[in-house]
Formats: sequence, C-alpha cells, structure tokens
Amino acid sequence: MARTRVVVDPITRIEGHLRIEAQSENGKIAKAWASSTQFRGIEIIMQGRDPRDAWAFTQRICGVCTTVHAIASCRAVEDALDIRIPANANTIRNLVHGMQFIQDHVIHFYHLHALDWVDVVSALSADPAAAAKIGQSISPWPNNGESELRAVQNRLKQFVGTGQLGIFTNGYWGHPAYKLPPEVNLLAVSHYLEALDWQRDVIRLHTVFGGKNPHPNFLVGGMASAINIDSTATINAERISDLMGMITRARAFVEQVYWPDLVAIAGFYKDWGAIGGGVPNFLACGEFPEGDVRDLETLYFPRGIILDKNLAKVHEYDPKKVQEYIHSSWYEYSKGDAAGLHPFEGETTPKYTGPKPPWTYLQDETKYTWMKTPRYEGRPMQVGPLARMLVAYGSGHKDVRELVGEALGKLNVGPEVLFSTLGRTAARGIETVLLARKMEQWLGDLNGRIKNGDVATFTKNKWEPSSWPAKSEGYGYLDAPRGALGHWVQIEDGKIARYQCVVPSTWNCSPRDAQGQTGPYESSLEDNHPLVDPERPLEILRTIHSYDPCMACGVHVLDAEGREVVEVRVQ
Amino acid sequence: MITPSAYGWTESETLRQHLESRGVSRRDFLKFCGEIAVVLGVGAAAAPRIARALEAVKRPTVIWLQLQECTGCVESVLRTADPTIGDLLLDLVSLDYNHTLMAGAGTAVEKAKQSSMAANKGKYILVVTGSIPTKEGGIYTMVGGRTAEVLVKEAADGAAAILAVGACAHFGSVQAARPNPTGAVGVRDIIKNRPIVNIAGCPPIGDTVTATVVHFLTYGRLPAVDGEGRPLFAYGKRIHDQCTRRAHFDAGQFVQAFDDESARKGFCLYSVGCKGPATFSPCPIFQWNTRTSWPIGAGHPCIGCTEPHFWDTMTPFYGRLPNVGGFAVEQRVDTIGAALAIGAAAGIATHAAATVYTQIKRRKATHQVPETATEPENQDG
Repeated sequence: MARTRVVVDPITRIEGHLRIEAQSENGKIAKAWASSTQFRGIEIIMQGRDPRDAWAFTQRICGVCTTVHAIASCRAVEDALDIRIPANANTIRNLVHGMQFIQDHVIHFYHLHALDWVDVVSALSADPAAAAKIGQSISPWPNNGESELRAVQNRLKQFVGTGQLGIFTNGYWGHPAYKLPPEVNLLAVSHYLEALDWQRDVIRLHTVFGGKNPHPNFLVGGMASAINIDSTATINAERISDLMGMITRARAFVEQVYWPDLVAIAGFYKDWGAIGGGVPNFLACGEFPEGDVRDLETLYFPRGIILDKNLAKVHEYDPKKVQEYIHSSWYEYSKGDAAGLHPFEGETTPKYTGPKPPWTYLQDETKYTWMKTPRYEGRPMQVGPLARMLVAYGSGHKDVRELVGEALGKLNVGPEVLFSTLGRTAARGIETVLLARKMEQWLGDLNGRIKNGDVATFTKNKWEPSSWPAKSEGYGYLDAPRGALGHWVQIEDGKIARYQCVVPSTWNCSPRDAQGQTGPYESSLEDNHPLVDPERPLEILRTIHSYDPCMACGVHVLDAEGREVVEVRVQ
Repeated sequence: MITPSAYGWTESETLRQHLESRGVSRRDFLKFCGEIAVVLGVGAAAAPRIARALEAVKRPTVIWLQLQECTGCVESVLRTADPTIGDLLLDLVSLDYNHTLMAGAGTAVEKAKQSSMAANKGKYILVVTGSIPTKEGGIYTMVGGRTAEVLVKEAADGAAAILAVGACAHFGSVQAARPNPTGAVGVRDIIKNRPIVNIAGCPPIGDTVTATVVHFLTYGRLPAVDGEGRPLFAYGKRIHDQCTRRAHFDAGQFVQAFDDESARKGFCLYSVGCKGPATFSPCPIFQWNTRTSWPIGAGHPCIGCTEPHFWDTMTPFYGRLPNVGGFAVEQRVDTIGAALAIGAAAGIATHAAATVYTQIKRRKATHQVPETATEPENQDG
C-alpha cells in the first residue's frame, strides 16, 4: 500500500481546536503531526492588573476544567505574598478540585471517549436480558435490569428510525475496530445517558462553594463562602447535608458504573495495552495538599518524575529544569529559533508562517502549530492521570498500588500494559475511584473543624496591597485532571508585572523539537499504531482521546508596552 | 438541548404525539409550559398558548459552531436540567453539528454539517459560542484550514436565527480585553443581516439558552431584547434590584472584609466590590445548576459578566463600584457609612436614580436589535 496522507480536523469530542495529520502505510501510522489551530492571547490584560483578579482571567482559559487555573493562580499569588490560607479553605479547594476530577473524568469516559470503543448502532441488536445479566454480574448498580435496558434500547431504536441522527451522524459505526458484543454496547449507551444526569447533580458542589459552574468563584487568601451553620445565607447545615448527598452519589456512580464499565470494556481491548505508548517519560507536580500547599509531604498524589518507564526510580521534579522551544511553532525568539528558554525568561512573539487560509495540509511545513514545545532537561514528558499513577506507584503509594494491582489482576495482564493508550484511559479511572473515596474524608475534616468552632475560610492580613512588598514572585503548582500545571507570577507595586503558565496539554500536544523528538500525541500515534481505514480514522481518535486534550491553548501574549513578554499556554 | 436524542421523534410527528409516545402526561407537559412561561416572564396565563405552540412544533435543526472560546458555554448548557421533563427539551431540536459531542471527526462531520445546512437552508437555528479573531486574516482560529470568520459567515447565510451564546460570541470576552491581541469580536460585529440574540454571561446560565430556543419555537421569533441584544425575560433587571441580600444594602449592613462577622451573617457585598448594581442578569432569579445557588448567594461579589467588556469596565473586581466609571454617586453610600441607616437610605435614592439613568443611556446606544423582535405582551423590563 502506498503512503497515504491523512487529515483529521476537527478532532471532535475534545475541548478546543486540534488537527491531526498523519501518513499511513500498510495499515499503520508512519508519521504524525499534532497542530493547535487556535490562539487567543488572554493574558495581556493581566499585566498591570490587580493580582487578586488573576484567578478570574486565567480561569477563562478553560471552561471544561473550570477550576484548575483559578486555584493555580490563587496559589501563585499566595506564594508570592506569603499568604497561608486557613485549613478550611484548603479543604474546600480540595473538595472543589476533587469533584472537578470526578465529574470531568466521568464525562470524558462516557461522552468524549466511549464512542471510540462503543458502537451505538450495535446496541440495537442486543438482547436486553443478556445485557442485564452482564450488568448485574459486574455491578450492583440498580439500573442494570432487563426492563431498564430494554427501555433504553427502544428509545435508541426509535431514534435511529427517524433518520435524524444528530450528533451520531456519520459516526464510524460498524468499523472493524469495534469489538464489544452488542450487550456491552447497550450497557454503555445506557450509562452514557445516566452519566448526563449524574454530572449535573454532583457538580453542584461547585455551586455551593463558588456560586456557579462552569467558572465558580475563588478568592486569593481562602474562599469567599463563609461558614455559619446557623445562618440562612452561608455554608450551613442544609448546605452540608446537600454536599453529603452529592459526595455519596458521586462515589456510588464511580464505583458501581464507571469503574466496572471501564474494566469490562478494557477486557475486550487488551491489544490496546501494546499500542500508542509513545514518550516514555512522565511528570507529576503533585496534588491535593492535606496541609499547607508548600508542604509537599502532605500531597495525596505525590510529585515526581519517571524516566524511560523505570518505575523502580522516582526522580525529583525541579521546575527550574523546564525549557521551551519554538522550532515547530508559529513564534519567534530574539535569540533565534534554536534557543530553549525557561518560562521565567520566556518570550512569546507570535509569527504565523503557515499557508494562507483556506489551506489543505500542514505536514510539509517546518512550523505547524500554535503550541510551543516544553522539554524537561531536553526530554519530552507525558503528563496526566497515567503520569500521576506511575509516580505514585513508583513511590509506593498504598491506595494506588492496591487499585492498580486489582485492575491488572482482573484483566490478567502485567504492568507493562500501562504504557499505552489503554493505560492512560485506565489510569484516569483509577484516580477517579481513589478521589471518589477521598471526598468523604475531606468533608469529614471540614465538619470536624466546624464542630470544634473553627469556621475560618479566609486570611485577611495580606489582603490590602499596602501590606505587600514592593516586589515579589510566586509559583503555583496544580496537578489538574489533564496533568501538571504551573502558574508563575511576579508582582511589582501592587500590580502584576509578569504572569506565566505552563499547561498540561502543551506538554502532551507539543510538536517536534530541533532534535526531531516528537511530542506525546505524535509519539503515541507513531508507536505501533494501526489505522485500518484512513477515511474512518477511529484508531487515531482512541489514542488522542486517551490524553483527554484540552486545547483552548497556545495563548501567548505580548505586553502592551513591549516591556515584558508574557506567555500563557492553556490547558 | 444538546444531548443525543435517544427518544425517536419522527418527521411527521408533532411534539404532542411524540410526548404521548414517550409516556409524558399532558398534565406534566402543561406544568412544564407553566414553568417556562414564568421563566420567559410572560406570566403563567400564557402557559396554554405555549403548550399549543409547542405541541404543534416539528423538530428543528441546530448547527452549533464553537469558535475562539473555552467550551464553558457548552458545559453550561450541559448542566441545564429538569429531572422529569428536561430530556424532553433536549429533544426539541436535532443537533446536527457540535464539536464537543459529535461521534465522528474531520471530514465526516464537516460533510454532515454541509448536508444539514443545505437540507435545512433558511430554517435552522445557528448557535455560536466563541469570538471571531479578525487580525492577520483570521489565522488565530482555523478549523479544517478555514478561518472562524469564513465559517460563521457560511453558517449564518442559511440560518433562520442566531443565538450568540456567552460573552465571547457577545463581544469577544476575555480575549477581546484590552489590548485585544487577536482582534477578537462578537458575532454581531461580523453578521449584519440575520437576527441575533445575545445570551450574555461568562458563561450564561444554561436555562437561559434553553428558554430562548423555546421562545423561538413557540412564537416564531426571537425574544424581545435590550440595547445589548439580550433577552428581556432574562436580562431585564439589575442583579441589585433582585438580590437576596438587597435588604442589607438598604439597611446599610455591609461586609467589610471577607469572612468577617458580617460575611457570616450574609450581609451585602457592595463594599468588597460587588458589581450587582451595574449588572443586568437573571442570576438571582434563575440561579445556577438547578437552582442550587448563585455567586452572591455563595458569598462572592458579582463580577458583572453579562455586561459588555466587563473585563475592562468591571475591574478591579474587588474595587467598589465608584472606582468604575459612571457610578460616582454610589460613593455616597460608602462614605456615609454602614452605621447611619438613614443616610444610607438617602444615598440609595440618589444611587438608584443615577444608575437607572446610566442604563437608559446605554440601552439607547443600540447595537443590534433583531429585526423580528417586538415588545412582549407583558413586558416589565
């Protein structure tokens, strides 16, 4: 078979605008290019602004992982100004971020990723009785009964019968890469619909503490939601009991629906444990501090680096070793295109050199994306759930080791399958289960302190700019659902002088560097990766979605005065 | 509205027939229409009329373009719900194009969009989220090698009406904030020959989007709007005038610092920067996430996100409104102080008059009022 040019643009079921180009040969992908085709330029307005406003601006980087930039921003400013937030505020942020993980990962699995593995049309021919039997064998979930599944199937039959397929139009139904029996497809479709209702309910935790979702409110110095269990207008007894219900329902769905579905579906796709591994290096900045955010010992998910798939050695992560390149990106550097710059010296001068639209291909271009190229000591790194779980596993994390062991045992496979497309998808489920179990404890911690009379949610001694030093700088880390995130802020005379972010999807979607090293997306697509039918690139979607791309990115900004260069790349 | 329609709705079926086949009782349906009537601000008496209109409606096509944005607006609409009848609303339309949810990708979905736009030319509803970057020939947002501007013009050409959902589609939002490096603008700045309604907010409450669609299907036209193109049924009143904490403002009871004793009593957030007095939004009435709470209800000041260019006009977010242009009168409330309730009351009267004047001035600066918009029967905006 001759070499075929493949273009998938838009990549759907992700956040933002992503284009994949590839060359396929004999049913495999030989070369791949990942291109981000959107640039927003958000952060210029942050320069000269009040640093207490920064969380709201950076939050708008992404409306899917809608809390992560806000919390990272608060942490960066609090680090710069040496603000220690009350324990309650830290716990509330963990609850908010924890529910973000849980809701986001479940939505990703059912609504963004499942249709890569689940053939909706095949569910039409399922035997609901047999599907119920399977469902009840893997889970006590009450809605897996025959009558429930038959009702879902009837709805589906009517829907297909209309000929108006809506979002299912031109899906890759019947593609030979779909392996699930009709009954499992029917179960998955049923849970796709249930998850839509579930996610609306559990995310209300954000509304209780932040007033709304998407884009709940945060506050430098703590949280704005005051606690007074005897008031009608604050976090009170009614709110707490509502939260208890949400957390219980979140855990029930994760343990009884998401996790069993994930394991069951994975059992039919074990071959994907040897596909799409890609970059062998993994970076986790750590998340969920259970004490002060500066005390890395209190992180529930630890910080660290795994190199060359070696789980026996977890290396220290040093943010100073991050550099960014623009060899393949639509930017220029004052020191030339070959330079690698630490984010604190970062320059962002957009310079589009691509073809004039409308155009057809980017793969012949040296520069082909708005993404920059972060490297750690020159190495490309994967970030995200798999990186976190591998670092935790290598660090001897008890909960992670138990659950990884359980999953591998159920699938009867060895740990080598983790380094794959399937491994990324499984790791996402593993951490969701752990967090769903953790939420009860965090709410218990909060209630325990309230019971003892500690209702503080905000540290006010550094609120007024008059209490700030003339110059300060801070780093806010946060391991977001999609991976390691960092915000860096410099404050001068009460205003933001410089603001930078290094974002998970930039690590994962980075293009080729001058040494020819591909980024994680590209590397995975070039790693033993099938593509049976270039007209129906289902396999590409599987691997790209296993990263859960969040592409509202490439947001690089020039300072208005040309004084300083600000750069924000967005998850 | 954007979930896959798992309930079949055949071409020849009316909504009434469709509901019957799904086992939805007429009683439930009328109850729903009554609720929608209240949301739309036309009064519960209009419920039977809404019911008659909705019963006869056929399933229309929606094309949803996502341009320069963060996907928060799609997420917000995903949160729209009514536990029993919500799915029904989801079935009101056939969503033929939406990046976040479509099963296919690349050329497959582009073909689906083209064929749907051709088959439903002049009839479909176009939803746009995200802004349109205009600098450098539009190369800051491209899909399939084509620019956002080309895509929105193409889709608008055959649209019956356009819903510009969210602050980005409204005026460009955060990427249009000073100095707007990509030249981001809202839909109304590009499309001049189609009715556009701006569902304002960063993001808007999902129910506002749903209710606007129902309005269009029921009355055959977009809702009446203010000078910003925002539906009056949602954006007709200021947050300040509907606020659950308003009594504390009137009584001169203000939160002076977050988490102080006043904050723990739920007092007014004006002194810590609330922009409710300058913001038209349904937040206090509709509330968020199945009426769980809303920003002020959860203790944080309003940041004014339904207002044009709020990133420039409403910042610093924790600065009191007098620091923002045009509201100097309100400073009196502050300087008079919380202790002097009578003085505060006098301040309120002046402040109210001043803000109303400002709003009237702004509404006169009309941007784009949909051609089909007329005054509602029961307007109180």
